[in-house]
Amino acid sequence: MAGQSNNGHETYYVPESSPLAFLASISLFLTLFGAASMINDMSWGDPDVATNSKIYFTVGLFSFSAVLFWWFRTTIVENLAGKNSAQLKRSYVIGMQWFIFSEVMFFFALFGTLWYVRNLVGPWLAGEGEGGRMNGLLWPGFEYNWPMNTTPQDAVGIANQTIANNGTFKGADGTVDWTHIPLINTILLLSSSVTLHFAHHALKEEQRSKFNMWLGVTLILGFVFVGFQVVEYQEAMHELGLTLGAGIYGTTFFFLTGFHGFHVCMGAIMLTIQWLRSMKASHFTKDDHFGFEASAWYWHFVDVVWIFLMLFVYIL
Amino acid sequence: MSAHHGPAKGFTRWLTTTNHKDIGTMYLWFSFAMFILGGAFAMVIRAELFQPGIQIVDPEFFNQMTTMHGLVMVFGAIMPAFVGLANWLIPMMIGAPDMALPRMNNWSFWILPPTFLMLASTLFMDGGAPNYGWTFYAPLSTTYAPPSVTYFIFAIHLMGLSSIMGSINIIATVVNMRAPGMTYMKMPLFVWTWLITAFLLVAVMPVLAACVTMMLMDIHFGTSFFSAAGGGDPVLFQHIFWFFGHPEVYIIILPAFGVVSQIIPTFARKPLFGYDSMVYATASIAFLSFIVWVHHMYTVGIPVAGELFFMYATMLIAVPTGVKVFNWITTMWQGAMTFETPMLFCLGFVFLFTIGGFTGVMLSLAPVDFQYHDSYFVVAHFHYVMVAGAVFSMSAAVYYWLPKWTGKMYDEGMGKAHFWISFIGFNLTFFPQHFLGLAGMPRRIPDYALQFSDFNMMSSIGAFIYGASQLLFLFNVLRTILAGKPAPAEKAWEGAEGLEWTLPSPAPYHTFTTPPNVK
Amino acid sequence: MHLQAKRLSKLALSPVLMLLSMLGTAAWAEEAQRWQTNLTPGVTELGAKIYDLHMTVFWICVWIGVVVFGLMFYSILTHRKSLGAKPADFHESTSVEIAWTVVPFIILIVIAFPATKTLLEVYDTDDADLDVMITGYQWKWKYEYIDPNGDNVSFFSNLRTGKTEIYNEDAKGQHYLLEVDEPMVLPVNKKVRFLVTANDVIHAWWVPALAVKRDAIPGFINETWTKATQTGIYRGQCAELCGKDHGYMPIVVNVVEEAEYKNWLNEKKSQAAEIKALMSKNFSLDEQMAAGKEVYDKSCAACHGANGEGGVGKAIAKSPIATGALATHLDVGVNGVPGTAMQAFGGQINDVEMAAVITYQRNAFGNNMGDVVQPIDVYNFKQGK
Ligand code: HEA
Ligand code: HEA
Ligand code: HEC
Ligand code: CUA
Ligand SMILES: [Cu+2]
Repeated sequence: MAGQSNNGHETYYVPESSPLAFLASISLFLTLFGAASMINDMSWGDPDVATNSKIYFTVGLFSFSAVLFWWFRTTIVENLAGKNSAQLKRSYVIGMQWFIFSEVMFFFALFGTLWYVRNLVGPWLAGEGEGGRMNGLLWPGFEYNWPMNTTPQDAVGIANQTIANNGTFKGADGTVDWTHIPLINTILLLSSSVTLHFAHHALKEEQRSKFNMWLGVTLILGFVFVGFQVVEYQEAMHELGLTLGAGIYGTTFFFLTGFHGFHVCMGAIMLTIQWLRSMKASHFTKDDHFGFEASAWYWHFVDVVWIFLMLFVYIL
Repeated sequence: MSAHHGPAKGFTRWLTTTNHKDIGTMYLWFSFAMFILGGAFAMVIRAELFQPGIQIVDPEFFNQMTTMHGLVMVFGAIMPAFVGLANWLIPMMIGAPDMALPRMNNWSFWILPPTFLMLASTLFMDGGAPNYGWTFYAPLSTTYAPPSVTYFIFAIHLMGLSSIMGSINIIATVVNMRAPGMTYMKMPLFVWTWLITAFLLVAVMPVLAACVTMMLMDIHFGTSFFSAAGGGDPVLFQHIFWFFGHPEVYIIILPAFGVVSQIIPTFARKPLFGYDSMVYATASIAFLSFIVWVHHMYTVGIPVAGELFFMYATMLIAVPTGVKVFNWITTMWQGAMTFETPMLFCLGFVFLFTIGGFTGVMLSLAPVDFQYHDSYFVVAHFHYVMVAGAVFSMSAAVYYWLPKWTGKMYDEGMGKAHFWISFIGFNLTFFPQHFLGLAGMPRRIPDYALQFSDFNMMSSIGAFIYGASQLLFLFNVLRTILAGKPAPAEKAWEGAEGLEWTLPSPAPYHTFTTPPNVK
Repeated sequence: MHLQAKRLSKLALSPVLMLLSMLGTAAWAEEAQRWQTNLTPGVTELGAKIYDLHMTVFWICVWIGVVVFGLMFYSILTHRKSLGAKPADFHESTSVEIAWTVVPFIILIVIAFPATKTLLEVYDTDDADLDVMITGYQWKWKYEYIDPNGDNVSFFSNLRTGKTEIYNEDAKGQHYLLEVDEPMVLPVNKKVRFLVTANDVIHAWWVPALAVKRDAIPGFINETWTKATQTGIYRGQCAELCGKDHGYMPIVVNVVEEAEYKNWLNEKKSQAAEIKALMSKNFSLDEQMAAGKEVYDKSCAACHGANGEGGVGKAIAKSPIATGALATHLDVGVNGVPGTAMQAFGGQINDVEMAAVITYQRNAFGNNMGDVVQPIDVYNFKQGK
């Protein structure tokens, strides 16, 4: 039902001018400016000097969320009003696909980092290989193992390291056992992908309640996953002494799983919104449900990342 | 609800617009402002280097100038300039009514001004602005950085976000919005080069984001990515940075190739030679750009096998780039050439960029790079490809499409003067830098040994001349907009081909709301 | 001339005066190689090979340039509309496309051979006669001669050019910015292996004439080597941005005959031995005051004033630190105050000197603390005891 031009060609809906983008920029800027100031206060701030950084951050974050909400609302309303041609919908699809590709590249950098430190840096520091054969002079007694529970600094002692001290990196006492929580989490996340698939199927067959149900189950699985992740972090920090500062093992462990966890949260929020849309407003039809589809792709993507995490961070 | 509206009135038009031409215009002006800012930093650098000894700024501030100059030019001037061109031209070239995702388009733009405001404001912060070079190597940029580094990191995040959204938009537009009959192999080369550039951007900006995030963690949250004491490696930073950074330099140059491939045929009055091979060459360059990054790191102590691999891969890039250069020259061959300002800038481009490419090939040879690396030879190389490459092609583009954008004609005499002054100023600035580098002058130093005095002085004088010529450019553009003579109705140039030239000048606010049929 | 240049450069902002002072600059640079436009082949075989490779590629590029630009300018000059040229309309030719893909490819292969060979040589650090460890510090170099018997010799090499020259108050000397207080000394015709590392940020050790450039990475050691075939003094600079004074950490290598090198090394060793002997000695307050004054005048007075009254640095007289806990005082002396002009002197003056100067500061200028610091105290402090 998209607009038709005089020669019968479907027209592409170009929205009228809109303040959304500008407001999104300003609020996003405020958020990150606030975040930077908060972090700086934390590291270098004078506790006696009051700053507004928290206010910037909070106001920014709230208004950014509000703008995003308004923005998505606008797009949904437009779609419901039949303004979106098939071509426009294709633009959304392409947009989402390339967005996910950009996320793939982000994780590619993280996994690349993990590969590099595990396979090259560690052995080099322990004096192996062409590039590093003399490093034994700097880190006498350091032996490379992964997980690295004795950092080079631990091996030689802080006072004896030959580089200016720029932090304390005390290796952890143990490593996370993949057969416990991570295995449970794998099962949770994999099954959530399956239930999400069921939901999608139900939607395509116009079985609304089945859709709601399966999507709901997916959400529960997702949130339980996040919950377990929190428990795992607690245990790692308090029982194993595994922190961000525990040398490169802790660094990569939390960085990779942390960013994954963050993406799970984002995906879960996206799916929750789709769920609410279906529950409250009966959005989505059998062949027009891009909001759901995009969130589902994202969820599957996050799932695939987890499989790699499980392999390279936990098991191997 | 029809899309045949004119622009909204007043200032809010610019804040709220979803129109690709408005957004393109804003990008172009923004990038010009950043060019002036980055250029002003360069003038401080050149003034300080006019003579040996510390003259006008102290070393600490000098480093800030070098860093901010590089950052502002690359991320603030060149990249947005080409995005602005893409916005203006891609929909008109492929017969689309607008960009695929117009509101997001506006968002991509409006992220930039506050971001660069934040970046520039670091100059006034405690500890000063970023002073660790535009390549911000750890640990100078982490453990040893001034507090403003946190703002710098978030600024990079924001501009990365802007680039990614902008690129996704371009990809969606090109893939989805081509007019009927506009097959991929009929697209103007500018569109092709941007499609591939956009792909590069989506692929590497997230890597840069990951890189600065790791810095953030190392600085504030105790991680040890870049510290050997915890099992990390400062060189890891360089690998991640250059995995982004090398494709980045082709992100800068590919759209420039596109521009030149549009303009040369027009003034040679002859179709572009080897269109297909141009497309394949662009794609090969993009592909190769992912496997050459270590050529920036030959001296960090890479195992020799790796060094050889990256050396060979880097040398290979000369082949597809050569194909492009040869195609341009063959396009001119047996043409009927005229030499209006856009053509002059394109000829300057081909000549000087190729010289920059030659020095690139010299740099690519690892054993010799041990002598060249981090010397002014490198500085000369990359200004030949970036200033005489990207900036010259931008000037060409502005002169070429200005009649289409504004409906007015610029002043040809002033344009030619701009070209010749730029050409002379540019070479005076950067040619002697080859000598300086070969004679042993390191880059990023505020003060130098006496034997480097003469060439530095020449270079500084050249830089002032080149800088001043940009004022002429600004003046010419402003004069065109305010008081230019009307441009010819559709085609401003006799030999111009392409959908954009079938539109009236100035191009109406909304174009191709009904897609044209391309034969 | 110099005086004039000096005064003029104070007003450097005025372009006219800047031009005048150009003449001054010209006069300073008399003996350095002005107008040098090319790479130096240097004094090593490897350097000569690198130079040859550089020239080969350079000429190849020039010839390609002559052909390519020749065609371009020919076309520009003759195929122009104003000469009545009519445009042809050919726009592809598979055979020429193949030709200009293959020919550059072949040229590159031709270049790749010598490049590969030379690179393998650069990496061949085996069978060195001598190992020298090079450590980059913000902003100086430390050289440590590794002795098979563990009798290492090490020292720092600092920029010697004074602030007054840099700030144009005095005429600039011939080796402005390229001179150090203590150069690295190497024997001629010996293969020297360098173990390059850094203490804080990344630096790069570069001496063009020796054809060596290697990054100094904190926490890692990079190997490289050289074999100078001529005696002489060779100068270079740090080549990786390393902070404020990146432009002020030069390298000077003095290549000498083997015998001379041996003498120098032995002298260094006996100096070290002397200091070692002093390390265990107990000095009296008077001895320390006398020795300390000397060190103070040489190393500290510039900033803290001849009478401890302060200047760039805070006053030492009545300073809460110089009259407070010894450990804090030692800490400031040894580790400096980060972010200020107060450098870490622990790596620059030896423990004997440090003990003396700290004693001096605690007792001179009316501080009268009465305590005597011994070298061993400094040593223990550094060891974290
Ligand atoms: C627009 C940006 C741009 C472009 C297009 C290029 C193009 C190339 N660059 Fe450049 N480069 C930079 C921007 C760019 N560069 C920047 C910014 C830096 C420094 C970053 C920093 O450290 O701050 C840098 C640094 C840099 C280095 C690192 C130097 C060092 O730090 O030690 C190297 C090394 O290999 C290199 C190589 C090349 C090569 C081989 C090409 C090739 O693509 C060139 C190919 C072109 C030609 C060769 C000419 C045309 C070809 C023919 C006519 C065919 C026949 C020719 C032959 C057979 C030789 N570049
Ligand atoms: C595309 C990017 C780009 C562009 C366009 C330029 C443009 C210029 N750059 Fe470059 N430059 C870089 C990218 C770029 N640069 C990068 C990436 C680095 C490395 C940074 C690093 O080491 O980290 C660098 C480093 C660099 C150095 C080395 C600094 C050092 O190592 O310490 C120098 C020194 O001469 C220099 C000079 C110049 C000059 C004179 C121009 C001129 O072309 C600028 C001309 C423009 C203007 C002058 C502005 C417009 C006019 C006015 C404002 C009018 C007023 C002016 C007058 C009246 C004179 N640049
Ligand atoms: C280049 C200048 C410079 C030189 C040379 C120098 N200092 Fe300092 N010094 C400073 C500065 C600046 C401070 C103030 C640091 C601060 O802001 O806390 C300082 C502070 C001190 C203090 C602490 C004073 C106080 O009350 O806070 C001591 C002790 C000291 N220096 C000892 C030395 C010794 C010993 C030497 C020589 C071996 C020396 N300094 C050489 C610049 C210098
Ligand atoms: Cu040390 Cu630059
Ligand atoms: Cu590169």
